[in-house]
Amino acid sequence: MAIGLTHYLFLSAVLFCLGIAVLVARRNAIAILVGLELMLNAAGINFVAFSRYVTGGVEGQVITVFVIILAAAEVAIALGIVLNIFQHVNSANVDEADSLRH
Amino acid sequence: MNVPFEALLFWTLAVVTIVPAVVVLFVKDIVRLAFWFLATLAGVAGIYLLLGADFLAFTQVLVYIGGILILILFGVMLTHRDPLFMKKGKKELFVPGVISGAIILALLVQVIGDTGWFSSPHEPKPTTAGIGYALLSDFVLPFEVASIVLLVALVGAANIARRRDAD
Repeated sequence: MAIGLTHYLFLSAVLFCLGIAVLVARRNAIAILVGLELMLNAAGINFVAFSRYVTGGVEGQVITVFVIILAAAEVAIALGIVLNIFQHVNSANVDEADSLRH
Repeated sequence: MNVPFEALLFWTLAVVTIVPAVVVLFVKDIVRLAFWFLATLAGVAGIYLLLGADFLAFTQVLVYIGGILILILFGVMLTHRDPLFMKKGKKELFVPGVISGAIILALLVQVIGDTGWFSSPHEPKPTTAGIGYALLSDFVLPFEVASIVLLVALVGAANIARRRDAD
């Protein structure tokens, strides 16, 4: 059976749901960020698959370049926040940062 | 002999992408999680190559593996603590995670299967010149805004994470 659009859509759906599972299940802040990145990668696969199989231009790939740019910026800021919280709570576990005063 | 190369490549890359993501869900050590995530990112770069997005595959390797993953490893290194000293950290919530992922997967699979997709495979060709032209003609506004976003993220992250000794 020839590889078509739906193959890539199912692949990206499975990767997206694994990202959701990692985001919900893990208690380490860095692992939650990794789950978020899995979801962004799945969306990128979706965009490029549609660019190849439906529209035929490069618009999907340009959008994916922007997704990668914004993912980099978001990881930088999120890690800055995690490090700031770590300086107060001394742990990267999200259950430990449970009070509003330090 | 008619070897279905595209199907072989697709299923190999699908396994290389999905299996490390499952391991990322269940592995205990955060450092090993980061390296299994590297395998997933490499698999996604291969998928981009299979889809004919050559510039995007190289961008994925350079920026995601060579930038974001290194940032994550720095974060792992700087937030490392002995787990014996953890006071109130709860255990990982695997059951709610898997259940929520499975529900949304069922929903997505149902929608993807039921939709009549108008798909016509186009011939893949080199995309670097096309992306370059598009970034400066159709997508020039998001391009400039993205550079401003990166500047703000740079300054903001450096300010958030600095040591506050004499505040």
